[in-house]
Amino acid sequence: MGEVVLSIEGLHKRFGALEATRDVSLDLRAGEIHALIGPNGAGKSTLIAQIAGSLRPDEGRIHLAERDITGLGVAARARLGLGRSFQVSSLAEPLSALRNVMIGAQARAGHSFRFWTPVARDARLVTPARKALERVHLGHRADTPVAALSHGERRQVEVACALVLEPRALLLDEPMAGLGPEGSARLTELLETLKREVPILLIEHDMDAVFRLADRLSVLVDGSVLAHGDSDAIRRDPRVREAYLGD
Amino acid sequence: MTEPPHDTFPVLERSGAPRPWRHRQGLVQLGLLALTLLAPLLAHLLGEAYYVNLATRIVLVAMAGVGLNLALGYGGMISFGHAAYFGVGGYAAGISAYHAFDGSLLMGLPGSDDMLVIWLVALLACGLLALVIGAVSLRTGGVYFIMITLAFAQMVYYFANSWPSYGGQDGLPIYLRNGLPMVDSQDPLSFFLICFALLLLAMAITSRLMASRFGAALTMARLNETRLATAGISPYPIRLTAFVISAMITGLAGALYADLNGFVSPAMLSWHMSGELMVIVILGGVGRLYGPLAGAIVYVLMETLLGGLTEYWQFFLGLVLLGVVLFARQGVIGWLAGGEPHG
Repeated sequence: MGEVVLSIEGLHKRFGALEATRDVSLDLRAGEIHALIGPNGAGKSTLIAQIAGSLRPDEGRIHLAERDITGLGVAARARLGLGRSFQVSSLAEPLSALRNVMIGAQARAGHSFRFWTPVARDARLVTPARKALERVHLGHRADTPVAALSHGERRQVEVACALVLEPRALLLDEPMAGLGPEGSARLTELLETLKREVPILLIEHDMDAVFRLADRLSVLVDGSVLAHGDSDAIRRDPRVREAYLGD
Repeated sequence: MTEPPHDTFPVLERSGAPRPWRHRQGLVQLGLLALTLLAPLLAHLLGEAYYVNLATRIVLVAMAGVGLNLALGYGGMISFGHAAYFGVGGYAAGISAYHAFDGSLLMGLPGSDDMLVIWLVALLACGLLALVIGAVSLRTGGVYFIMITLAFAQMVYYFANSWPSYGGQDGLPIYLRNGLPMVDSQDPLSFFLICFALLLLAMAITSRLMASRFGAALTMARLNETRLATAGISPYPIRLTAFVISAMITGLAGALYADLNGFVSPAMLSWHMSGELMVIVILGGVGRLYGPLAGAIVYVLMETLLGGLTEYWQFFLGLVLLGVVLFARQGVIGWLAGGEPHG
Protein backbone atom coordinates (compact mmCIF):
# COMPACT_ATOMS: atom_id res chain seq x y z
CA MET A 1 0.00 0.00 0.00
CA GLY A 2 1.12 3.56 -0.75
CA GLU A 3 2.42 6.13 1.65
CA VAL A 4 0.06 8.03 3.94
CA VAL A 5 -1.14 11.27 2.33
CA LEU A 6 -3.80 12.35 4.79
CA SER A 7 -3.86 11.21 8.37
CA ILE A 8 -6.36 11.90 11.10
CA GLU A 9 -5.46 11.01 14.66
CA GLY A 10 -7.67 10.95 17.71
CA LEU A 11 -10.21 13.53 16.57
CA HIS A 12 -12.82 14.66 19.10
CA LYS A 13 -15.61 17.17 18.65
CA ARG A 14 -18.32 17.96 21.16
CA PHE A 15 -21.38 20.17 20.81
CA GLY A 16 -22.50 20.60 24.40
CA ALA A 17 -23.45 17.17 25.64
CA LEU A 18 -23.39 15.65 22.16
CA GLU A 19 -20.14 14.03 21.18
CA ALA A 20 -20.30 14.23 17.39
CA THR A 21 -16.81 12.89 16.80
CA ARG A 22 -15.28 10.39 19.22
CA ASP A 23 -11.66 9.48 18.89
CA VAL A 24 -11.69 9.07 15.13
CA SER A 25 -8.44 8.02 13.51
CA LEU A 26 -8.08 7.11 9.88
CA ASP A 27 -5.68 7.63 7.04
CA LEU A 28 -5.69 7.97 3.30
CA ARG A 29 -2.88 6.40 1.29
CA ALA A 30 -1.56 7.12 -2.17
CA GLY A 31 -3.43 5.26 -4.90
CA GLU A 32 -6.52 4.32 -2.91
CA ILE A 33 -10.13 5.19 -2.43
CA HIS A 34 -11.04 5.13 1.23
CA ALA A 35 -14.79 5.16 1.71
CA LEU A 36 -16.44 6.56 4.79
CA ILE A 37 -19.92 5.19 5.32
CA GLY A 38 -22.43 5.33 8.12
CA PRO A 39 -26.10 5.94 8.83
CA ASN A 40 -27.57 9.44 8.92
CA GLY A 41 -26.50 11.25 12.05
CA ALA A 42 -23.35 9.18 12.40
CA GLY A 43 -21.26 12.34 12.31
CA LYS A 44 -19.93 12.11 8.75
CA SER A 45 -20.58 15.76 7.97
CA THR A 46 -19.00 16.94 11.21
CA LEU A 47 -15.94 14.83 10.47
CA ILE A 48 -15.67 16.16 6.90
CA ALA A 49 -16.00 19.74 8.17
CA GLN A 50 -13.08 19.16 10.52
CA ILE A 51 -10.93 17.64 7.79
CA ALA A 52 -11.77 20.45 5.36
CA GLY A 53 -11.08 23.11 7.98
CA SER A 54 -14.48 24.74 8.45
CA LEU A 55 -14.77 23.28 11.95
CA ARG A 56 -12.01 23.07 14.57
CA PRO A 57 -11.69 19.75 16.42
CA ASP A 58 -11.54 19.87 20.23
CA GLU A 59 -8.74 17.31 20.25
CA GLY A 60 -6.65 15.43 17.75
CA ARG A 61 -4.42 16.24 14.81
CA ILE A 62 -4.75 16.23 11.05
CA HIS A 63 -1.75 15.89 8.76
CA LEU A 64 -1.62 16.40 5.00
CA ALA A 65 1.53 15.06 3.37
CA GLU A 66 3.20 15.00 6.80
CA ARG A 67 2.36 18.62 7.46
CA ASP A 68 0.21 19.47 10.48
CA ILE A 69 -2.81 21.33 9.12
CA THR A 70 -4.96 21.19 12.27
CA GLY A 71 -4.72 24.94 12.87
CA LEU A 72 -5.22 26.03 9.26
CA GLY A 73 -8.38 27.43 7.68
CA VAL A 74 -10.27 26.20 4.62
CA ALA A 75 -8.38 28.32 2.08
CA ALA A 76 -4.94 27.44 3.44
CA ARG A 77 -5.76 23.73 3.37
CA ALA A 78 -6.98 24.03 -0.21
CA ARG A 79 -3.74 25.75 -1.18
CA LEU A 80 -1.78 22.88 0.37
CA GLY A 81 -3.66 20.47 -1.85
CA LEU A 82 -6.88 19.40 -0.18
CA GLY A 83 -9.63 19.34 -2.80
CA ARG A 84 -13.24 18.82 -1.82
CA SER A 85 -16.73 18.61 -3.22
CA PHE A 86 -19.87 19.36 -1.26
CA GLN A 87 -22.88 17.23 -0.49
CA VAL A 88 -25.09 20.09 -1.70
CA SER A 89 -23.51 21.84 -4.68
CA SER A 90 -21.79 25.04 -3.66
CA LEU A 91 -21.25 27.00 -6.85
CA ALA A 92 -21.80 30.54 -8.10
CA GLU A 93 -25.00 30.10 -10.10
CA PRO A 94 -24.92 33.22 -12.31
CA LEU A 95 -21.40 32.37 -13.52
CA SER A 96 -20.54 29.87 -16.22
CA ALA A 97 -19.22 26.44 -15.30
CA LEU A 98 -15.85 27.56 -16.66
CA ARG A 99 -15.74 30.61 -14.38
CA ASN A 100 -16.53 28.46 -11.37
CA VAL A 101 -13.67 26.12 -12.16
CA MET A 102 -11.31 28.97 -13.10
CA ILE A 103 -11.40 30.37 -9.58
CA GLY A 104 -9.67 27.18 -8.45
CA ALA A 105 -7.04 27.51 -11.18
CA GLN A 106 -6.48 31.06 -9.96
CA ALA A 107 -5.16 30.03 -6.55
CA ARG A 108 -2.89 27.45 -8.23
CA ALA A 109 -1.52 30.14 -10.55
CA GLY A 110 -0.43 32.41 -7.70
CA HIS A 111 -2.04 35.08 -5.56
CA SER A 112 -5.22 36.92 -6.50
CA PHE A 113 -3.92 40.44 -6.01
CA ARG A 114 -3.53 41.00 -9.73
CA PHE A 115 -5.62 43.97 -10.68
CA TRP A 116 -5.01 44.61 -14.34
CA THR A 117 -4.89 41.60 -16.66
CA PRO A 118 -8.33 40.27 -17.67
CA VAL A 119 -8.92 36.65 -16.68
CA ALA A 120 -11.13 35.87 -19.67
CA ARG A 121 -8.12 35.34 -21.93
CA ASP A 122 -5.61 34.22 -19.32
CA ALA A 123 -4.46 30.85 -20.63
CA ARG A 124 -3.01 29.93 -17.22
CA LEU A 125 -6.56 29.92 -15.88
CA VAL A 126 -8.70 29.00 -18.88
CA THR A 127 -6.68 26.02 -20.11
CA PRO A 128 -6.53 24.04 -16.85
CA ALA A 129 -10.20 24.86 -16.16
CA ARG A 130 -11.31 23.56 -19.57
CA LYS A 131 -9.20 20.43 -19.08
CA ALA A 132 -10.79 19.77 -15.70
CA LEU A 133 -14.26 20.16 -17.21
CA GLU A 134 -13.40 17.82 -20.07
CA ARG A 135 -12.14 15.33 -17.53
CA VAL A 136 -15.61 15.18 -15.97
CA HIS A 137 -17.21 15.02 -19.46
CA LEU A 138 -18.57 18.53 -19.24
CA GLY A 139 -16.37 20.31 -21.79
CA HIS A 140 -19.37 21.08 -23.99
CA ARG A 141 -21.14 22.90 -21.14
CA ALA A 142 -18.20 25.07 -20.11
CA ASP A 143 -19.80 28.37 -21.11
CA THR A 144 -23.26 27.62 -19.70
CA PRO A 145 -24.25 29.43 -16.49
CA VAL A 146 -24.41 27.01 -13.59
CA ALA A 147 -28.02 28.09 -13.00
CA ALA A 148 -28.92 26.44 -16.34
CA LEU A 149 -27.14 23.16 -15.57
CA SER A 150 -28.94 20.05 -14.37
CA HIS A 151 -28.42 18.74 -10.87
CA GLY A 152 -26.10 16.03 -12.15
CA GLU A 153 -24.05 18.44 -14.21
CA ARG A 154 -23.55 20.63 -11.15
CA ARG A 155 -22.12 17.64 -9.32
CA GLN A 156 -19.68 17.20 -12.18
CA VAL A 157 -18.68 20.87 -12.01
CA GLU A 158 -18.01 20.39 -8.30
CA VAL A 159 -15.65 17.55 -9.06
CA ALA A 160 -13.94 19.64 -11.76
CA CYS A 161 -13.51 22.46 -9.23
CA ALA A 162 -11.69 20.06 -6.94
CA LEU A 163 -9.60 18.55 -9.77
CA VAL A 164 -8.32 21.88 -11.04
CA LEU A 165 -6.56 22.41 -7.71
CA GLU A 166 -4.27 19.48 -8.67
CA PRO A 167 -4.90 18.22 -5.15
CA ARG A 168 -2.79 15.80 -3.11
CA ALA A 169 -5.95 14.39 -1.60
CA LEU A 170 -9.61 14.59 -2.55
CA LEU A 171 -12.54 14.78 -0.17
CA LEU A 172 -15.72 13.90 -2.04
CA ASP A 173 -18.95 14.27 -0.09
CA GLU A 174 -21.63 12.15 -1.79
CA PRO A 175 -20.57 12.94 -5.35
CA MET A 176 -23.11 10.43 -6.74
CA ALA A 177 -26.13 11.96 -5.02
CA GLY A 178 -28.86 12.58 -7.57
CA LEU A 179 -26.74 11.55 -10.54
CA GLY A 180 -28.93 8.83 -12.06
CA PRO A 181 -27.59 5.44 -13.18
CA GLU A 182 -25.74 6.63 -16.27
CA GLY A 183 -24.11 9.60 -14.59
CA SER A 184 -23.08 7.60 -11.60
CA ALA A 185 -21.58 4.86 -13.78
CA ARG A 186 -19.51 7.46 -15.59
CA LEU A 187 -18.36 9.08 -12.38
CA THR A 188 -17.46 5.67 -10.94
CA GLU A 189 -15.29 5.09 -13.99
CA LEU A 190 -13.65 8.51 -13.57
CA LEU A 191 -12.91 7.94 -9.90
CA GLU A 192 -11.35 4.55 -10.66
CA THR A 193 -8.78 6.12 -12.97
CA LEU A 194 -8.41 9.22 -10.85
CA LYS A 195 -7.36 7.41 -7.70
CA ARG A 196 -4.04 6.49 -9.28
CA GLU A 197 -3.19 10.20 -9.39
CA VAL A 198 -4.80 11.37 -6.20
CA PRO A 199 -6.18 9.37 -3.30
CA ILE A 200 -9.85 9.94 -2.50
CA LEU A 201 -11.70 9.99 0.78
CA LEU A 202 -15.20 9.17 -0.38
CA ILE A 203 -18.41 9.70 1.56
CA GLU A 204 -21.15 7.96 -0.35
CA HIS A 205 -24.59 6.48 0.14
CA ASP A 206 -24.65 4.51 -3.10
CA MET A 207 -23.50 1.17 -1.71
CA ASP A 208 -22.97 -0.46 -5.12
CA ALA A 209 -20.55 2.31 -6.04
CA VAL A 210 -18.87 2.16 -2.64
CA PHE A 211 -18.25 -1.58 -2.74
CA ARG A 212 -17.05 -1.37 -6.32
CA LEU A 213 -14.72 1.57 -5.78
CA ALA A 214 -13.39 1.43 -2.27
CA ASP A 215 -10.09 -0.20 -1.47
CA ARG A 216 -10.78 0.30 2.21
CA LEU A 217 -13.84 1.30 4.18
CA SER A 218 -14.44 2.86 7.54
CA VAL A 219 -17.86 2.66 9.11
CA LEU A 220 -18.84 5.57 11.29
CA VAL A 221 -21.57 5.05 13.88
CA ASP A 222 -22.45 7.49 16.66
CA GLY A 223 -19.34 9.53 15.99
CA SER A 224 -16.79 6.77 16.24
CA VAL A 225 -15.28 4.28 13.82
CA LEU A 226 -17.15 1.00 14.30
CA ALA A 227 -15.25 -1.03 11.76
CA HIS A 228 -12.41 -0.73 9.35
CA GLY A 229 -11.35 -2.97 6.47
CA ASP A 230 -11.75 -3.94 2.82
CA SER A 231 -15.10 -4.46 1.12
CA ASP A 232 -15.39 -8.13 1.94
CA ALA A 233 -14.50 -7.70 5.59
CA ILE A 234 -17.00 -4.88 5.98
CA ARG A 235 -19.72 -6.79 4.18
CA ARG A 236 -19.26 -9.74 6.48
CA ASP A 237 -18.88 -7.80 9.71
CA PRO A 238 -21.97 -8.58 11.83
CA ARG A 239 -21.80 -5.28 13.75
CA VAL A 240 -21.86 -3.34 10.48
CA ARG A 241 -24.76 -5.37 9.17
CA GLU A 242 -26.69 -4.67 12.29
CA ALA A 243 -25.84 -0.98 12.55
CA TYR A 244 -25.99 0.04 8.99
CA LEU A 245 -26.54 -2.37 6.16
CA GLY A 246 -29.85 -3.25 7.74
CA ASP A 247 -30.03 -6.99 7.29
CA MET B 1 -11.67 27.25 -27.92
CA THR B 2 -13.95 30.22 -28.50
CA GLU B 3 -12.53 33.62 -27.78
CA PRO B 4 -14.76 35.64 -25.49
CA PRO B 5 -15.95 38.91 -27.01
CA HIS B 6 -13.63 41.78 -26.38
CA ASP B 7 -14.79 45.35 -26.19
CA THR B 8 -12.67 47.82 -28.03
CA PHE B 9 -13.66 50.63 -25.70
CA PRO B 10 -12.37 49.59 -22.28
CA VAL B 11 -14.84 51.71 -20.33
CA LEU B 12 -17.80 49.88 -21.85
CA GLU B 13 -19.26 47.24 -19.62
CA ARG B 14 -18.81 43.66 -20.70
CA SER B 15 -21.80 41.46 -20.22
CA GLY B 16 -22.90 37.93 -20.88
CA ALA B 17 -26.05 39.16 -22.57
CA PRO B 18 -26.87 38.10 -26.13
CA ARG B 19 -25.61 40.31 -28.93
CA PRO B 20 -28.58 42.64 -29.55
CA TRP B 21 -28.69 43.45 -25.86
CA ARG B 22 -24.99 44.09 -25.73
CA HIS B 23 -25.39 46.39 -28.69
CA ARG B 24 -28.18 48.25 -26.97
CA GLN B 25 -26.19 48.43 -23.77
CA GLY B 26 -23.27 50.00 -25.63
CA LEU B 27 -25.60 52.62 -27.10
CA VAL B 28 -27.14 53.43 -23.73
CA GLN B 29 -23.71 53.77 -22.17
CA LEU B 30 -22.44 56.03 -24.94
CA GLY B 31 -25.65 58.02 -24.69
CA LEU B 32 -25.20 58.58 -20.96
CA LEU B 33 -21.61 59.72 -21.44
CA ALA B 34 -22.56 62.01 -24.33
CA LEU B 35 -25.42 63.54 -22.34
CA THR B 36 -23.16 64.11 -19.33
CA LEU B 37 -20.50 65.75 -21.48
CA LEU B 38 -22.61 67.70 -23.98
CA ALA B 39 -25.20 69.21 -21.64
CA PRO B 40 -22.66 71.30 -19.70
CA LEU B 41 -20.87 72.24 -22.94
CA LEU B 42 -24.14 73.61 -24.25
CA ALA B 43 -24.83 75.36 -20.95
CA HIS B 44 -21.38 76.92 -21.15
CA LEU B 45 -22.03 78.22 -24.66
CA LEU B 46 -25.30 79.72 -23.44
CA GLY B 47 -23.44 81.31 -20.54
CA GLU B 48 -25.37 79.31 -17.91
CA ALA B 49 -22.67 78.59 -15.33
CA TYR B 50 -25.34 77.28 -12.92
CA TYR B 51 -26.07 74.31 -15.17
CA VAL B 52 -22.38 73.61 -15.69
CA ASN B 53 -22.01 73.38 -11.92
CA LEU B 54 -25.11 71.20 -11.74
CA ALA B 55 -23.51 68.78 -14.21
CA THR B 56 -20.33 68.83 -12.10
CA ARG B 57 -22.43 67.93 -9.07
CA ILE B 58 -23.94 65.00 -10.99
CA VAL B 59 -20.48 63.81 -12.05
CA LEU B 60 -19.11 64.01 -8.50
CA VAL B 61 -21.93 62.17 -6.77
CA ALA B 62 -21.69 59.63 -9.60
CA MET B 63 -18.00 59.20 -8.83
CA ALA B 64 -18.75 58.77 -5.13
CA GLY B 65 -21.32 56.18 -6.23
CA VAL B 66 -18.75 54.41 -8.42
CA GLY B 67 -16.66 54.04 -5.29
CA LEU B 68 -19.57 52.75 -3.20
CA ASN B 69 -20.65 50.44 -6.03
CA LEU B 70 -17.34 48.60 -5.87
CA ALA B 71 -18.06 47.65 -2.25
CA LEU B 72 -21.85 47.42 -2.35
CA GLY B 73 -22.49 46.19 -5.88
CA TYR B 74 -19.48 44.15 -6.93
CA GLY B 75 -18.33 43.10 -3.47
CA GLY B 76 -21.73 42.63 -1.79
CA MET B 77 -20.55 44.71 1.18
CA ILE B 78 -23.50 46.90 2.10
CA SER B 79 -21.69 49.89 3.57
CA PHE B 80 -23.98 52.43 5.21
CA GLY B 81 -20.99 54.59 6.07
CA HIS B 82 -19.46 55.80 2.85
CA ALA B 83 -20.20 59.40 3.81
CA ALA B 84 -17.19 59.03 6.11
CA TYR B 85 -14.89 58.79 3.10
CA PHE B 86 -16.80 61.38 1.08
CA GLY B 87 -16.52 63.81 3.99
CA VAL B 88 -12.92 63.00 4.91
CA GLY B 89 -12.00 63.64 1.27
CA GLY B 90 -13.86 66.94 1.55
CA TYR B 91 -12.09 67.88 4.77
CA ALA B 92 -8.74 66.97 3.18
CA ALA B 93 -9.42 69.66 0.59
CA GLY B 94 -10.81 72.11 3.15
CA ILE B 95 -8.12 71.72 5.81
CA SER B 96 -5.29 71.79 3.29
CA ALA B 97 -6.65 74.97 1.69
CA TYR B 98 -7.20 76.50 5.14
CA HIS B 99 -3.54 76.07 6.07
CA ALA B 100 -2.34 77.19 2.65
CA PHE B 101 -4.52 80.32 3.03
CA ASP B 102 -3.16 81.48 6.39
CA GLY B 103 0.31 79.95 5.99
CA SER B 104 0.10 77.92 9.20
CA LEU B 105 1.43 74.42 9.65
CA LEU B 106 -0.45 71.20 10.25
CA MET B 107 1.66 68.74 12.25
CA GLY B 108 4.77 70.44 10.89
CA LEU B 109 3.57 70.31 7.30
CA PRO B 110 2.44 73.29 5.25
CA GLY B 111 -1.01 73.33 3.64
CA SER B 112 -1.42 73.20 -0.08
CA ASP B 113 -3.89 74.61 -2.57
CA ASP B 114 -2.63 72.31 -5.31
CA MET B 115 -5.32 69.77 -6.22
CA LEU B 116 -2.77 67.07 -7.00
CA VAL B 117 -1.43 67.25 -3.46
CA ILE B 118 -4.94 67.40 -2.02
CA TRP B 119 -6.09 64.39 -4.03
CA LEU B 120 -3.11 62.41 -2.82
CA VAL B 121 -3.85 63.38 0.79
CA ALA B 122 -7.54 62.53 0.34
CA LEU B 123 -6.73 59.15 -1.21
CA LEU B 124 -4.26 58.26 1.54
CA ALA B 125 -6.47 59.46 4.38
CA CYS B 126 -9.53 57.60 3.07
CA GLY B 127 -7.53 54.48 2.29
CA LEU B 128 -6.12 54.40 5.80
CA LEU B 129 -9.48 55.09 7.44
CA ALA B 130 -11.15 52.38 5.35
CA LEU B 131 -8.38 49.95 6.21
CA VAL B 132 -9.14 50.38 9.92
CA ILE B 133 -12.93 50.49 9.57
CA GLY B 134 -12.98 47.65 7.04
CA ALA B 135 -10.62 45.45 9.07
CA VAL B 136 -13.08 45.57 11.98
CA SER B 137 -16.38 45.68 10.06
CA LEU B 138 -15.56 42.81 7.69
CA ARG B 139 -15.30 40.48 10.69
CA THR B 140 -19.07 40.73 10.75
CA GLY B 141 -21.64 40.20 8.04
CA GLY B 142 -25.20 40.94 7.01
CA VAL B 143 -27.08 43.52 9.01
CA TYR B 144 -24.23 43.84 11.53
CA PHE B 145 -21.94 45.01 8.76
CA ILE B 146 -24.47 47.70 7.79
CA MET B 147 -24.77 48.85 11.39
CA ILE B 148 -21.07 48.84 12.20
CA THR B 149 -20.14 50.85 9.09
CA LEU B 150 -22.87 53.32 10.05
CA ALA B 151 -21.53 53.52 13.59
CA PHE B 152 -17.99 54.25 12.42
CA ALA B 153 -19.21 56.95 10.05
CA GLN B 154 -21.24 58.57 12.84
CA MET B 155 -18.11 58.61 15.01
CA VAL B 156 -16.30 60.55 12.30
CA TYR B 157 -19.34 62.83 11.93
CA TYR B 158 -19.52 63.70 15.62
CA PHE B 159 -15.78 64.19 15.74
CA ALA B 160 -15.91 66.77 12.92
CA ASN B 161 -19.01 68.32 14.46
CA SER B 162 -17.30 69.02 17.76
CA TRP B 163 -13.80 69.90 16.63
CA PRO B 164 -13.66 73.70 16.75
CA SER B 165 -10.34 74.16 14.89
CA TYR B 166 -11.98 73.54 11.54
CA GLY B 167 -15.32 75.18 12.02
CA GLY B 168 -17.06 72.43 14.00
CA GLN B 169 -20.69 72.20 13.03
CA ASP B 170 -20.48 75.42 11.00
CA GLY B 171 -18.12 73.81 8.51
CA LEU B 172 -15.08 75.19 6.81
CA PRO B 173 -15.14 77.52 3.81
CA ILE B 174 -12.67 77.21 0.93
CA TYR B 175 -12.26 80.84 -0.11
CA LEU B 176 -10.59 80.18 -3.41
CA ARG B 177 -11.00 76.93 -5.30
CA ASN B 178 -7.83 74.86 -5.19
CA GLY B 179 -5.77 74.89 -8.33
CA LEU B 180 -4.35 72.47 -10.82
CA PRO B 181 -1.17 73.21 -12.79
CA MET B 182 -1.88 74.62 -16.27
CA VAL B 183 -5.66 74.50 -15.82
CA ASP B 184 -7.93 77.34 -14.74
CA SER B 185 -9.90 75.48 -12.10
CA GLN B 186 -11.94 78.60 -11.32
CA ASP B 187 -13.63 78.26 -14.68
CA PRO B 188 -16.75 76.11 -14.21
CA LEU B 189 -16.32 74.27 -17.49
CA SER B 190 -12.64 73.47 -16.87
CA PHE B 191 -13.51 72.23 -13.40
CA PHE B 192 -16.30 70.13 -14.88
CA LEU B 193 -13.89 68.58 -17.37
CA ILE B 194 -11.42 67.72 -14.60
CA CYS B 195 -14.20 65.96 -12.68
CA PHE B 196 -15.55 64.24 -15.79
CA ALA B 197 -12.09 62.91 -16.68
CA LEU B 198 -11.66 61.55 -13.16
CA LEU B 199 -15.09 59.92 -13.28
CA LEU B 200 -14.13 58.15 -16.51
CA LEU B 201 -10.86 57.10 -14.91
CA ALA B 202 -12.67 55.69 -11.86
CA MET B 203 -15.05 53.76 -14.13
CA ALA B 204 -12.21 52.47 -16.31
CA ILE B 205 -10.35 51.30 -13.21
CA THR B 206 -13.48 49.58 -11.90
CA SER B 207 -14.06 47.86 -15.24
CA ARG B 208 -10.48 46.69 -15.52
CA LEU B 209 -10.37 45.63 -11.88
CA MET B 210 -13.51 43.54 -12.17
CA ALA B 211 -12.19 41.71 -15.23
CA SER B 212 -8.94 40.83 -13.44
CA ARG B 213 -8.09 37.96 -11.10
CA PHE B 214 -8.84 40.24 -8.20
CA GLY B 215 -12.27 40.98 -9.67
CA ALA B 216 -12.96 37.29 -10.22
CA ALA B 217 -12.12 36.62 -6.58
CA LEU B 218 -14.27 39.54 -5.38
CA THR B 219 -17.20 38.37 -7.50
CA MET B 220 -16.88 34.89 -6.03
CA ALA B 221 -16.64 36.36 -2.51
CA ARG B 222 -20.03 37.97 -3.15
CA LEU B 223 -21.69 35.02 -4.90
CA ASN B 224 -20.32 32.11 -2.91
CA GLU B 225 -17.80 32.63 -0.16
CA THR B 226 -17.47 28.90 0.50
CA ARG B 227 -16.51 28.22 -3.10
CA LEU B 228 -13.82 30.91 -2.94
CA ALA B 229 -12.29 29.48 0.25
CA THR B 230 -12.49 25.94 -1.12
CA ALA B 231 -10.60 27.15 -4.17
CA GLY B 232 -7.79 28.23 -1.84
CA ILE B 233 -8.47 31.98 -1.70
CA SER B 234 -9.30 33.62 1.63
CA PRO B 235 -12.26 36.00 1.17
CA TYR B 236 -11.30 38.47 3.91
CA PRO B 237 -8.20 40.12 2.37
CA ILE B 238 -9.92 40.29 -1.01
CA ARG B 239 -12.93 42.08 0.50
CA LEU B 240 -10.78 44.39 2.60
CA THR B 241 -8.75 45.46 -0.43
CA ALA B 242 -11.91 46.17 -2.42
CA PHE B 243 -13.35 48.11 0.51
CA VAL B 244 -10.22 50.30 0.69
CA ILE B 245 -10.19 51.02 -3.06
CA SER B 246 -13.91 51.77 -2.88
CA ALA B 247 -13.36 54.28 -0.06
CA MET B 248 -10.50 55.95 -1.92
CA ILE B 249 -12.63 56.59 -5.01
CA THR B 250 -15.46 58.00 -2.88
CA GLY B 251 -12.92 60.12 -0.96
CA LEU B 252 -11.50 61.61 -4.15
CA ALA B 253 -15.01 62.54 -5.21
CA GLY B 254 -15.47 64.17 -1.80
CA ALA B 255 -12.35 66.32 -2.20
CA LEU B 256 -13.64 67.62 -5.54
CA TYR B 257 -17.14 68.08 -4.12
CA ALA B 258 -15.78 70.40 -1.42
CA ASP B 259 -13.98 72.37 -4.11
CA LEU B 260 -17.16 72.59 -6.17
CA ASN B 261 -19.13 74.05 -3.27
CA GLY B 262 -16.23 76.05 -1.82
CA PHE B 263 -17.33 74.64 1.49
CA VAL B 264 -17.08 71.51 3.58
CA SER B 265 -19.21 70.76 6.63
CA PRO B 266 -20.15 67.77 8.79
CA ALA B 267 -23.21 67.35 6.53
CA MET B 268 -20.90 65.62 4.04
CA LEU B 269 -20.17 63.07 6.77
CA SER B 270 -23.72 62.51 7.96
CA TRP B 271 -25.71 59.34 7.53
CA HIS B 272 -28.03 61.22 5.17
CA MET B 273 -25.11 61.44 2.78
CA SER B 274 -24.40 57.70 3.15
CA GLY B 275 -28.04 57.05 2.38
CA GLU B 276 -28.00 59.38 -0.60
CA LEU B 277 -25.03 57.50 -2.07
CA MET B 278 -26.78 54.18 -1.51
CA VAL B 279 -29.95 55.49 -3.16
CA ILE B 280 -27.91 56.63 -6.17
CA VAL B 281 -26.28 53.22 -6.57
CA ILE B 282 -29.53 51.29 -6.10
CA LEU B 283 -31.48 53.66 -8.34
CA GLY B 284 -28.90 53.38 -11.11
CA GLY B 285 -28.29 49.65 -10.90
CA VAL B 286 -26.34 47.72 -8.27
CA GLY B 287 -23.13 46.21 -9.59
CA ARG B 288 -23.47 47.86 -12.98
CA LEU B 289 -20.59 49.95 -14.26
CA TYR B 290 -22.85 52.77 -15.49
CA GLY B 291 -25.33 52.42 -12.63
CA PRO B 292 -23.95 55.22 -10.45
CA LEU B 293 -23.90 57.68 -13.36
CA ALA B 294 -27.48 56.85 -14.33
CA GLY B 295 -28.52 57.02 -10.68
CA ALA B 296 -26.77 60.34 -10.13
CA ILE B 297 -28.43 61.89 -13.19
CA VAL B 298 -31.90 60.81 -12.06
CA TYR B 299 -31.29 61.75 -8.43
CA VAL B 300 -29.80 65.20 -8.98
CA LEU B 301 -32.30 66.12 -11.69
CA MET B 302 -35.22 65.07 -9.49
CA GLU B 303 -33.77 66.99 -6.59
CA THR B 304 -33.33 70.09 -8.75
CA LEU B 305 -36.51 69.98 -10.82
CA LEU B 306 -38.97 68.61 -8.27
CA GLY B 307 -37.15 70.28 -5.40
CA GLY B 308 -37.93 73.61 -7.09
CA LEU B 309 -41.62 72.77 -7.17
CA THR B 310 -42.17 71.19 -3.79
CA GLU B 311 -40.37 70.70 -0.52
CA TYR B 312 -41.62 67.14 -0.53
CA TRP B 313 -39.66 66.05 -3.60
CA GLN B 314 -38.22 63.13 -1.66
CA PHE B 315 -41.70 61.67 -1.53
CA PHE B 316 -41.49 61.25 -5.29
CA LEU B 317 -37.93 59.97 -5.02
CA GLY B 318 -39.31 57.37 -2.62
CA LEU B 319 -41.92 56.35 -5.19
CA VAL B 320 -39.28 56.00 -7.90
CA LEU B 321 -37.05 54.00 -5.58
CA LEU B 322 -39.97 51.77 -4.67
CA GLY B 323 -40.62 51.19 -8.35
CA VAL B 324 -36.99 50.30 -8.97
CA VAL B 325 -36.82 47.88 -6.06
CA LEU B 326 -40.11 46.21 -6.99
CA PHE B 327 -40.00 46.19 -10.79
CA ALA B 328 -36.48 46.95 -12.02
CA ARG B 329 -34.03 45.27 -9.70
CA GLN B 330 -31.17 46.20 -11.97
CA GLY B 331 -32.03 49.85 -11.68
CA VAL B 332 -32.34 52.51 -14.35
CA ILE B 333 -29.42 51.05 -16.30
CA GLY B 334 -30.94 47.57 -16.31
CA TRP B 335 -34.26 49.05 -17.41
CA LEU B 336 -32.64 51.01 -20.25
CA ALA B 337 -29.94 48.60 -21.34
CA GLY B 338 -31.14 45.20 -20.12
CA GLY B 339 -28.60 42.43 -19.74
CA GLU B 340 -27.09 40.87 -16.70
CA PRO B 341 -25.07 42.68 -14.08
CA HIS B 342 -21.32 42.35 -14.29
CA GLY B 343 -20.10 38.90 -13.21
